[in-house]
Amino acid sequence: MVVRVQHEDFDVGAELLALRQGNPKIGAIASFVGLVRDINEGDSVAGMSLEHYPGMTEKALAAIVEEAKGRWDIYDAVVIHRVGDLAPTDQIVLVAVSSSHRGEAFAACEFIMDYLKTRAPFWKREQTAEGARWVDARESDDKAAERWK
Amino acid sequence: MLSVLYFARLRDALGVSSERVDLPADVNDVAALVAWLRKRGGAWEEELAPGRAFRVAVNQDMADAASALRDGDEVAIFPPVTGG
Repeated sequence: MVVRVQHEDFDVGAELLALRQGNPKIGAIASFVGLVRDINEGDSVAGMSLEHYPGMTEKALAAIVEEAKGRWDIYDAVVIHRVGDLAPTDQIVLVAVSSSHRGEAFAACEFIMDYLKTRAPFWKREQTAEGARWVDARESDDKAAERWK
Repeated sequence: MLSVLYFARLRDALGVSSERVDLPADVNDVAALVAWLRKRGGAWEEELAPGRAFRVAVNQDMADAASALRDGDEVAIFPPVTGG
């Protein structure tokens, strides 16, 4: 399991290669890449900065991956989340899961992403023409996480 | 003695990122800590009012109102998270 919180960008190809190397039983890798959009709630966004809670963030992400491993037949997972200043089109998060079959990989990947959205201590602050503002949590994210209960 | 950390919008509103606090003997869970902080008035009363959306973690695990507090714990109070 790889869990990283970092300022630097990541190379999706290199991460997927590392995830699958050395295990011929892997038949599927499902991955999700989150990107910074240039618009949110109707306002133009020039950039954003991401804050986290060092220590708890890594612990929460590791716990989410462990829970996914308990629920689905998956081999491994990688979660990389960036912090600091980001601009539109930048990559912000990568979640990738390896499994024998696609169904387990898709489900576990979506579960990790849904739980990350509601349980991992990250906060977005976006820059708009009116100044910087903290992004409010979305009810739809809570609903997405609820369905796995 | 507890350390209390504040993050994101809550840290900005309260004007503090971390502090060490000595709790009265009867403050031994999260609900009592929040009620005790609220008594400071001003932004504390407003931001930690019942019904306001905030989360509490104890020793880096998500906690709820009934979670017990012990000497030396690290408590964090923050807005609902918005990563990903």
